[in-house]
Amino acid sequence: MPLVTITSVNAPRVYLDHAATTPMRPEAQQAWLDASQVRGNPSSLHAGGRRARRIVEEAREQIAQSLQVRPSEVVFTAGGTEANNLAVKGLAWAAQGGRTIIRSPIEHHAVLDPTDWLAKAQGFVIHEPAVDEWGRVDVDDLTRLLADSDNALCTVMWANNEIGTVQPVAEIAARCEAVGVPFHTDAVQAIGMLPVNMGIPGLTAATVSGHKLGGPVGVGALIVDRDARIDPLLHGGGQERDLRSGTLDAASVSAFAVALDLAVAEQAHLRERLITLRLSLVDRVCATIQGAVLQGDPGIDATQRLPGNVAISFADCEGDALLMLLDAAGIECSTGSACTSGVPEPSHVLLAMGVDGGAARGTLRFSLGRNSTEADVDALVAALPAAVERARRAGSPRIAMRS
Amino acid sequence: MTKRVIAALSGGVDSAVAAARAVDDGHEVVGVHLALAKVGHHAGSRGCCSPDDARDARRVADVLGIPYYVWDMHEEFERDVMGDFIAEYERGNTPNPCLRCNEKIKFAAVLERAWALGFDAVCTGHYAQVTQSSAGPQLHRAVDPDKDQSYVLGVLTPPQLSSALFPLGDTLKSQVREEARARGLLVADKPDSHDICFIPDGDTTAWLHDKLGERPGDIVDADSGAKIGTHQGAYSYTVGQRRGLNLTTQPAPGERRYVVDTDISNNTVLVGAAELLGIRHLRGRNLRWCGTAPDGEFSGQAQVRAHGDPVPATAYVVNGDLHVDLHETIRGVATGQAVVMYDGSRVIGSATIEHTAA
Repeated sequence: MPLVTITSVNAPRVYLDHAATTPMRPEAQQAWLDASQVRGNPSSLHAGGRRARRIVEEAREQIAQSLQVRPSEVVFTAGGTEANNLAVKGLAWAAQGGRTIIRSPIEHHAVLDPTDWLAKAQGFVIHEPAVDEWGRVDVDDLTRLLADSDNALCTVMWANNEIGTVQPVAEIAARCEAVGVPFHTDAVQAIGMLPVNMGIPGLTAATVSGHKLGGPVGVGALIVDRDARIDPLLHGGGQERDLRSGTLDAASVSAFAVALDLAVAEQAHLRERLITLRLSLVDRVCATIQGAVLQGDPGIDATQRLPGNVAISFADCEGDALLMLLDAAGIECSTGSACTSGVPEPSHVLLAMGVDGGAARGTLRFSLGRNSTEADVDALVAALPAAVERARRAGSPRIAMRS
Repeated sequence: MTKRVIAALSGGVDSAVAAARAVDDGHEVVGVHLALAKVGHHAGSRGCCSPDDARDARRVADVLGIPYYVWDMHEEFERDVMGDFIAEYERGNTPNPCLRCNEKIKFAAVLERAWALGFDAVCTGHYAQVTQSSAGPQLHRAVDPDKDQSYVLGVLTPPQLSSALFPLGDTLKSQVREEARARGLLVADKPDSHDICFIPDGDTTAWLHDKLGERPGDIVDADSGAKIGTHQGAYSYTVGQRRGLNLTTQPAPGERRYVVDTDISNNTVLVGAAELLGIRHLRGRNLRWCGTAPDGEFSGQAQVRAHGDPVPATAYVVNGDLHVDLHETIRGVATGQAVVMYDGSRVIGSATIEHTAA
């Protein structure tokens, strides 16, 4: 069998990691270059400042239109993580008396960690509704938690980054509205992949990220209902309704708006194409590799699963080893959410769904995007058997040590 | 011959130059940083032992143009190296964790994983040399006598040696630093690590007290049996130790007092004159041959600590234990350390010292 061919790092790369980041759209690159020509702080009162401000405000309007909200409800941030932090901390701090945070157990770390911090450092209490085997929040259980009068906020992501499960966001928003609890959703993975209407009743705040939809890294937004009570994270010059101080980055915001506009416009078409591609990927991988199991909702409907998300557990493999072998074969994927330290840990999402630790460690995420083609699937299916066989031979280092 | 090589990148200068040389030799090299211990739980430390070292390792891989991964071995390390370290001290021994790490982690867990993933060898920045002979691989001392690490590699067996790459064995440390500078490696001037990696402040006694609890007891004069001080746990004392005794009864001016024995069951530390430390015989378990096993009794040189001088010795095996007759008296040999037998520059084998006798 072919051994690891490390020199193939220079071979053409197959990119199956669009949930981590996406290639920047040429239109967004151009928008960034154009806006970067403009000299002026958008907060300055002179002509240069007004020119820069005009770029920012046009971008804000474009984004508001794409997401069906008001321009004043778009608060620019330095990305999804900041927007999530602003939402959960800002809503918690501004809550009138409520000390309980309802959050799903399958949130991204950018929601999990700030809420954990609120609990540890500031005495908030966290309640988590149950999720089913596909990681979907049990709305009845959530409703039960909402009956508690001490709730400060509720946060449930629109669609999960690891296993692609789409949450019943409109229903949850309505339940929250009925009891007057602010509701935040992390919609980073959903935009451009699903129909997303942020004007639904009961939605207090929603997180959007630039680089997940073909825009630049380092820019995002929190969509905040204009009646929301929310405290800022960053204090300073009072930009963004006093909710997010800091000089506005006209170039990034402009590129973000262009990318978001295209992502939303192309969504329906892309979704259809990616569902076909995804089904092919899952079928072909599961037919090729014994013991390969799809994790998460097998449904193809927009209310069920992100169209480009595939999470497959490979029995008796360590995802870590498999990722390295596929990397050597030119295929880029992920074991879950990227971790800065590089040390893989079993996914909290899979564990919450009841997947056992071994299968969780052996799970890879392949995420398709707008440049993905059947040729990418061909390359994956060609490289997988050797990689899986190798990874199975390697087993877990823990097991090897016990022998 | 081109090999597929896992280069263990610690983030230090030695492993960086070793990996660079492996690349130059035409091998297919993948850099791996081992996450061995979770030290500290402050912000920024999640999941990894030292963010600085991990970052330095990553940057070395970038400069060399090789892939880079972190392998999480902290469970194995905590069990087989740190756990063993604590348990051996608790038994009254003085273990060598670097040797244990080579035996159980770098050339066991890591090498086995590398083999299974299709690699041929593990490359490290150790100062030692592996040569090929008709009888198989041989382990030799490094050219740089100050940096020679063959002692802590004396546990490696022939299959492990065949899959080990030590590109620095023929080079002086000063030249390695120069080479790192010339190659543009940012770690060229990073200080050497001297301490035990999982005890960064170097205070082994405090670390052991934290793990095993303080167990106050007496320090006793080996000659008179008189109590001459107190201690917080006999387990943390090492035979031959002179510092940190805090005796309440001071020896006569000009006389020095050493730990000559620890009695773990009675939690007593025995202190006496240097003459009491002399030994001419030792016995070791956990015998390893770094090549073909010698036929019967053999002569060579014995080394009993990482930076100790080798002394002429004759050795033989009885019931699987290595018996060593030293031709010179040596002082302050702690049980738990390794005795490594050399034939000139070649490592014959090693054992863990279990018993010493005058």
